[in-house]
Amino acid sequence: MRVSISGLNKLFENRVRLGIMSALMINESLDFNSLKDTLGVTDGNLASHLKSLEQNNLIRVSKKFIGKKPNTSFSVTESGAQLFREHLKALEDIINSQ
Amino acid sequence: MENICKIYLIIFTLHFKVLLKTHMENNKNYLEDLRIIKKVMEESSRFLSLSGLSGVFAGLIALFGAAVAVLIFLNGRIILPAGFSDGFIGQEIQNLRIKLIADAILVLVLAIGISFYFSHRKSVKKGLKMWTPVSKRFIMNFLIPLITGGLFILILYFHYNWYLIIPAMLVFYGLALVGAGKFTYSEVSYLGVLEVITGLTAAIFPAFGILFWCFGFGVLHITYGLIMYRKYEE
Repeated sequence: MRVSISGLNKLFENRVRLGIMSALMINESLDFNSLKDTLGVTDGNLASHLKSLEQNNLIRVSKKFIGKKPNTSFSVTESGAQLFREHLKALEDIINSQ
Repeated sequence: MENICKIYLIIFTLHFKVLLKTHMENNKNYLEDLRIIKKVMEESSRFLSLSGLSGVFAGLIALFGAAVAVLIFLNGRIILPAGFSDGFIGQEIQNLRIKLIADAILVLVLAIGISFYFSHRKSVKKGLKMWTPVSKRFIMNFLIPLITGGLFILILYFHYNWYLIIPAMLVFYGLALVGAGKFTYSEVSYLGVLEVITGLTAAIFPAFGILFWCFGFGVLHITYGLIMYRKYEE
């Protein structure tokens, strides 16, 4: 994992990824459209950031069917939650030290 | 859940600290990061379209409903003897029960309608979505105790226990607010606790039911609505 000297995680430098993680930290799981509405981003943009978070094992993707419609929902993994907390801690330290 | 509360607390403290230090150029990015985290967490966990004006108008409708009951159906009486039968005989009692129940149902429908209207208006004004996973959770948590209460009141009605109807309305409505309060402004939970206390007190003094109705559904709603409107919407 890319972590800078200050302890800030490079993955959270992007605000869309930061937003996704914030939303998933306080919701058990959210589907694609809820995330899109909350963050106000385009489909493609959201999908690519979700992909990178998934590849880094920060979020978990589960697909199921609601009736005939496929529904993809996202939730945060243990390590994702841990990294987000560490990122917050790093932000806290930086701000406190100034 | 504990962790989430902790994170929330950290975010709010940090946000405040950064606000105090905005003159530092370096902090600008972190401030924006924190602002985003805070906004996303709030909007995705709380139903924020609820308008204070809903409370004010629901309160006014409740008071109007009580005035109709007292002035038209009860010939000016406010304090009722237990059983509500004093001075009314036979068919008259039956008719009175139906009129009062109809009055209460009308108040409920109008109050819910007006709440819906003001919430919709606020969501449009603030650019918030009204139908989100949170607002659905909010409505579910609100409706379960409320529908249970409605059925319970129906049972009370058919058992002729109708001096307990107003207390039951206040108690179940209060419980609905306490439950739903977790998914919106926390003040809603406090209002719920006050409604429950009012309902329990009303159960001890059933003869004063209409006065407790006016206090619980009228005065409390209007006060709450004005506080919320000033705090979040002005």
